[in-house]
Amino acid sequence: MAVISDSSNEWELAPPFSTRLKGMFGSTYRAAKRDLVLAAAISVLLVGLFLAVFAPTLARTDYERTDPVNRMLAPNSHNWFGTDNWGRDVFDRTIVGTRMSFLVGFSVTLISTVLGVGIALVISYFRILDAVMMRFVDGFLAFPTILLALALISLIGPSVGNVIIALSVTATAGKIRLVRGAVLSLRESTYVEAAKAVGVPIPRILLLHILPNIVGIIIVQATFTLASAILAEASLSFLGAGVPEYVPSWGNIIATGQGYIQVGFHISFFPGLFLTTTVLAVVLIGDSVRDHLDPRLRGRLKTTAAQQ
Amino acid sequence: MVGMITFTLVYIGPGDPAAIIAGDEATPEILEQIRADLGFDRPFPVQMGDWFWKLLHGDLGTSYFSRREITELITPRLQPTLSLGFQVVVLSTIIGITTGMLAAWKAGSRLDRNLMVLAVLGFATPGFWLAFLTIWIFAVNLGWFPVIGYSPIQDGLFAHIHSLFLPVMVNSILASAFISRITRSAMLEVLREDYIRTARAKGASELSVFLRHAFRPSAIPVATVIGASIAGLATGFVLTETIFAIPGLGRMLVDAIVRRDYPIIQALLMVVAIVLIGVNLIVDILYAYIDPRIRY
Repeated sequence: MAVISDSSNEWELAPPFSTRLKGMFGSTYRAAKRDLVLAAAISVLLVGLFLAVFAPTLARTDYERTDPVNRMLAPNSHNWFGTDNWGRDVFDRTIVGTRMSFLVGFSVTLISTVLGVGIALVISYFRILDAVMMRFVDGFLAFPTILLALALISLIGPSVGNVIIALSVTATAGKIRLVRGAVLSLRESTYVEAAKAVGVPIPRILLLHILPNIVGIIIVQATFTLASAILAEASLSFLGAGVPEYVPSWGNIIATGQGYIQVGFHISFFPGLFLTTTVLAVVLIGDSVRDHLDPRLRGRLKTTAAQQ
Repeated sequence: MVGMITFTLVYIGPGDPAAIIAGDEATPEILEQIRADLGFDRPFPVQMGDWFWKLLHGDLGTSYFSRREITELITPRLQPTLSLGFQVVVLSTIIGITTGMLAAWKAGSRLDRNLMVLAVLGFATPGFWLAFLTIWIFAVNLGWFPVIGYSPIQDGLFAHIHSLFLPVMVNSILASAFISRITRSAMLEVLREDYIRTARAKGASELSVFLRHAFRPSAIPVATVIGASIAGLATGFVLTETIFAIPGLGRMLVDAIVRRDYPIIQALLMVVAIVLIGVNLIVDILYAYIDPRIRY
């Protein structure tokens, strides 16, 4: 059977993944040259990535060492963002905090995308497995992400790894539902039927015929997962259920400043500004990728992202 | 299913509440005693069955710490959260639908673009940081509102609304960003339909086209997103109640998590899940009301 489905036939049915992906990045680059907002958003994300990698070497002070003499300083020429209640430099802690946000954000996005897409593809072809799995997915999606993550972390303890695990669980459930829906509707399409008729084995249909056609949805969804995961990590750390207190994270620093709102506005203000700017950049990139892939979808996928 | 996940999650956790209750100087005998009192020595299915049985009878269990009935502990916490929730849902729906329709009306104009920029900002701004900024501006610097604190309705309606004003505003602004965006896109989609052209052709005024012909068909996605935003509020309240020191359910959950008071965590997650399932049901019923073609 496999003899009939030689690769030249398949190329006509669905162009391979790499070609489409390359086309997508090339046109994103061209779109960024035209669209200043998109260019700004991409630059913000690149700066953030740079800080996430190099911030510890860029920091001019020892951001974990307390310095009681210089505590609660307002922003000045040496401490650009001022100092906190232990006299630690807020600028250094903020740029080092970038690392935590990006680490958690990208890990959750990667894990949930790979797992979610993998599981969705497999279960979409096994009815019983599908029924069982979807009950679990519905069960998990019945809780708001942060509440479920809070409960999980209260059990397994606050650490970076556990935050990533807790957030990945709910993000994966959301991905499974989205991708499964897309796979089920594509399964009925004529070209999948044609591939089946010529005897292409099911794993091959899933990977070469269906997957390339849902790459767009997956990428757009991934940008929203990234945005929500960064926000969720900050929220958890803010509540004291995220990364441990001694690790600088935007959520932690904002929580510290919260107690000193009367005298130390600067402590919470700057990390919050970084957080908002980063999430905004990710959302804008997601928006323009979506508009670019399918202008008709304007404003729709956002709801699915919001519900998670 | 929801209940099973809740119970199992909490059960498998390695934290030992008995050790926390007993404190640092407890002997192993005392620990065993506490475990037996709380029923931890029974096998897992028995514990879960027992929990479900009680749940069906409206018994949410007993707190490990205060040893009081959870239903009794929850009752005084309901008012702040429900009041906050009610005000936010009403306000965000009004703001969201109005701005969304305005944006759709003037689609492509500067007003539309500005409103949509605000809507994207609303998605990207973390609620707890916005709460921090509003406290700093309106409470610390302008002194219009108390920095923290809550007055119950019994102290007078005005004092009550005054004490909740900032948290209500913060949550409403964020929630309305979504509603606004969805209202706009749903309206724009409906406005392309043939019957809208017919309505315009027969001379209906633009206002009447908007309110009578276009709004109702576009209300379905709007109802969905309002339902979804209530799920978002559950999260928002945990953060807001912590920042504004409002003695509601969200605050109770955070406290319970800090103390590993598992029965309370289980009970509250169950309550949230049941409320959200109820909201989904109401949204589904609303669909049939909005669009009579939908029947169940």
